[in-house]
Amino acid sequence: MKNTAFTQFHIDLGAKMAEFAGYNMPIEYSGINDEHITVREKLGVFDVSHMGEIWVKGTKALEFIQYVTSNDASVLVDGKVQYSCFPNGRGGIVDDLLVYRVDSVTYLLVVNASNMEKDWNWLCEHAPKFGLTVGKELYNASDEIAQLAIQGPLALKAMQKLTDASVEDMEYYTFKKISFAGIKEVIFATTGYTGAGGCEIYCANEDAAKLWKAVFEAGKEFGIKPIGLGARDTLRLEMGFCLYGNDMNDEVSSIEAGLGWITKFVDGKNFINRDIWEKHKKEGADKMLKGFIMIERGIPRQHYIIYDAQGNEIGEVTSGTMSPMSKQGIGMGYLKKGFWKEGTEVFIGIRDKKLKAKVVKPPFHLAK
Amino acid sequence: MNVPANLKYTKDHEWIKVDGSNAVVGVTDFAQGQLGDVVFIEIETLGETLDKEEVFGTIEAVKTVSDMFMPIAGEIIEINPKLTETPDVVNKDPYGDGWMVKIKMTNPAQLNELLSPEQYKELINA
Repeated sequence: MKNTAFTQFHIDLGAKMAEFAGYNMPIEYSGINDEHITVREKLGVFDVSHMGEIWVKGTKALEFIQYVTSNDASVLVDGKVQYSCFPNGRGGIVDDLLVYRVDSVTYLLVVNASNMEKDWNWLCEHAPKFGLTVGKELYNASDEIAQLAIQGPLALKAMQKLTDASVEDMEYYTFKKISFAGIKEVIFATTGYTGAGGCEIYCANEDAAKLWKAVFEAGKEFGIKPIGLGARDTLRLEMGFCLYGNDMNDEVSSIEAGLGWITKFVDGKNFINRDIWEKHKKEGADKMLKGFIMIERGIPRQHYIIYDAQGNEIGEVTSGTMSPMSKQGIGMGYLKKGFWKEGTEVFIGIRDKKLKAKVVKPPFHLAK
Repeated sequence: MNVPANLKYTKDHEWIKVDGSNAVVGVTDFAQGQLGDVVFIEIETLGETLDKEEVFGTIEAVKTVSDMFMPIAGEIIEINPKLTETPDVVNKDPYGDGWMVKIKMTNPAQLNELLSPEQYKELINA
């Protein structure tokens, strides 16, 4: 099991630790509900150093990215971030990721820790077609980079104390390289997967301890707390954000996963799966990832079956939990065509009962 | 880890406290710690007579669901009313306000088959 640059801090703080994607990671500190509410209302810190970072460089970088990802990276400008996915050539998804454009010949891809090896092998397989040399223009920096996500409505205000650069007014999904907390250079991005606002900061492993201490010191007056992977999952689920392995995988298309908005069939972008997915989009999918809230009391969980009012099977839950904000069962799952409309009543098979739920749009904790 | 000396325990992390011919059942401090925030408890066995090790209810934390088992045979005569609105009472006070059910024992001899506090401590490496 690998450690991140912050693992010892988590242990010293008494976090409940467990292996995740090969790393010794904090699952919770003060409790998932308390941590979750802290992020929604104030600010919290996540160690996300386990995420993978891959540099793509050179004059062929954009062409390569346009081929291996589904979104249109040609619209990116310097300092802009884009959510995207890697199509797998069989109509499914290899992983979802973020694409950062540093400049026209320098891009950073940030991928899921649990898919790091799969993603890397996949990219290495396609790199030669674009003249990219593995280890050079295509470079895996995952083991060299530490990353903290500081998320919540007070996050940017607190982080502004640590830099002369202006970060409080940064637009969502942008980034810049700045001097921060006495560290010469970090990548400061207004990204995150909680829907609570805030930032993600990338630094070299050597600077990690300095970053951790400065962030907590700056956030102290605002009520900053460390947050584990448990709350990371409930926060993303309330927002209806997909988790690879749960809500999407190698067997579903981006259309089915509700990721049509990051699948761009624009002229000149000949990406992997384009033909299959374009056809899929035209003809329409048979199942779609949809969110729901429980009307009757119960908590949906992954793999629970979804039924219609007559008791016919119409889908399966891919993610579910009790919303720490609304104290209501919330979830996502693939539903058969005909059950996609907001307000549609569906029934979740929970143990020996079929409990009423309804299809809603995210954020699920605010859905009525 | 809190393991009170006046209770008996199961390997599934329930505790039982005898009170005449009745007994109170709950889950241990160790169990609530492992589960994390308890968010939902479902016990729909009121009035039923269940065997030892039969499921009498389920306890759900944010990330997991666990069944709760009868430490010994008995009839469920009362369910803790606080569990519906404030399930986190199990985290705060697992041996007190966070009790699960009261049972009328149908085979008190089975108490001898349960773990002593010392044996339970050994089980959880406390």
